[in-house]
Amino acid sequence: MIVTETVEHKNRISIAHLVISEMVRENARVIDIGCGDGSLLKLLKDTKGADARGIEISPERVSLCMAQGLSVIQGDADRDLVDYPAASFDYAILSETIQAVQSPELVLRQLLRIAERAIVSFPNFGHWQVRMQLLLNGRMPVTDNMPNAWYETPNIHLCTIKDFEDLCDRVDAKVEKAVALNSKGRRLGINFPIAVQNLIGKQAVFVLRRR
Amino acid sequence: MEPNSKIVRFEHGDGLLLDSGVRLEPFEIAYETYGTLNQDRSNAILICHALTGDQHVADDPEDSEKSGWWSNLVGPGKALDSDKYFVICSNVLGGCMGSTGPSSINPETGKIYGLDFPVITISDMVRAQAMFIDRLGIERLFSVVGGSMGGMQVLEWAARYPERVLTAIPIATSHRHSSQNIAFHEVGRQAVMADPDWRQGRYLDEGCNPRSGLAVARMAAHITYLSDEALHQKFGRSLQDRDSLTFGFDADFQVESYLRYQGYRFVDRFDANSYLYITRAMDYFDMPKDHGGILANAFKDTKSRFCVISFTSDWLYPTRESREIVKALNAVAANVSFVEINSEKGHDAFLLDEPEMFSTVSGFLDASADALGITLEQAQGKGV
Repeated sequence: MIVTETVEHKNRISIAHLVISEMVRENARVIDIGCGDGSLLKLLKDTKGADARGIEISPERVSLCMAQGLSVIQGDADRDLVDYPAASFDYAILSETIQAVQSPELVLRQLLRIAERAIVSFPNFGHWQVRMQLLLNGRMPVTDNMPNAWYETPNIHLCTIKDFEDLCDRVDAKVEKAVALNSKGRRLGINFPIAVQNLIGKQAVFVLRRR
Repeated sequence: MEPNSKIVRFEHGDGLLLDSGVRLEPFEIAYETYGTLNQDRSNAILICHALTGDQHVADDPEDSEKSGWWSNLVGPGKALDSDKYFVICSNVLGGCMGSTGPSSINPETGKIYGLDFPVITISDMVRAQAMFIDRLGIERLFSVVGGSMGGMQVLEWAARYPERVLTAIPIATSHRHSSQNIAFHEVGRQAVMADPDWRQGRYLDEGCNPRSGLAVARMAAHITYLSDEALHQKFGRSLQDRDSLTFGFDADFQVESYLRYQGYRFVDRFDANSYLYITRAMDYFDMPKDHGGILANAFKDTKSRFCVISFTSDWLYPTRESREIVKALNAVAANVSFVEINSEKGHDAFLLDEPEMFSTVSGFLDASADALGITLEQAQGKGV
């Protein structure tokens, strides 16, 4: 998971959370995989009346979530989703986590199995700043939402918006909605062609369902 | 053995039909309470003790000498705060601290039960507790909490009385006793029964006590409560009160001396037959078997909120068993949280100073009280 202290990045994360929460219907059953400190779950619980559950790998953060009244299970997205029965949730959310899992494809398939819809947000590796860094410096990009050097980053499966769309096809997911956020956290107009979104979108949020 | 505790008595006609088919009556349950039951009787927490525990869960407020076995967790201002909650703990059926067990008098013969005491199960213990909770006039428990065998009782409570259990906190426990655990218990029982002073269970009548056997049982069990790491850190290969090996079978090593001390200290407070009966009850515990082979069936339609806790170095009740419980609860869409706490202290960690366990428990209870709309009044004089 991405951890960074920049204010700009934090703001964009919380904007992404708002974008996600707008996509969730009232009183839905939701599971947030890699729920961190529980801020998104809390938001969904407070604003949408969601029955909010989480999976989180760090025991300290699990305790933090529990103290806020959230039901969170310490576990691993790569390993533990198989334990959930099919269609247990209305939404399975993978917020800024897919790039850090071992098997994004399998995890995505699991999301679509355990929930009616999957909501996935991730940093777009196709963003122009990333491309420029690699092109001009010839080095692995380090940005405010991907702040770690290549040898210590938890982000082992970064992708672009286009790459992610390919994966959606591969796992038979229908893209119901896709939103790209620019570096200010503003939503790009839906009329932007995908190539442009992939260039100036810093972060992407997808809503998927099984085909 | 424990004259100080409060007792409730269930007379003839008010007995309990045990899983073995035997009707146990009359019988008594010894208990302690801490804190004050609030007006709407909504702040009661039942604590279930482990194999060798008892009803004295917290420090005695009137006697500073008497410390409770879970005073790390339970007491005024503690994670399980007796200023907020009405904490109840009862000695299990089959125990030796005031509740009816093999050292009690058999009303049919006027003699000590010994092996005439019927074999009991975890479910029997829990049903006896439920009768006792009825007597206290408490309809619903805000929480049922316990570690190890206490955790088994928590699971049994949640399965058997889902409408009476608002939250459940099973810690360092399992939904069924593993083959390895049964094996260790069998070693302990054989040690007791091999002691000539056991006298086929009639040692109390004959004025003796299988001290060596029970001490060995405790020594073997004690190892299973620790971890390799914990033993190494605590003792290493250090020698006991000597500078070199004696080339004999005295307790050369500190770890030997420690185990002997633990073993013999235990004998002074525990009844050997109770040890046989309670370990048997644990061995028989198999929730899936009681529910058509599927653990999830035990919790079908449950509305209780669960907080499952395990410890990384607990090899007696390893995390994978807690995960099985979590998996079953997920399968029935129960409200469940789970955390595996990093600790090198082995199974015993649940009794020790584990700040992360404390904060998890208090956070879970506070948030649950909030979610369930339970008002917690501070005890008189301690409130704001």
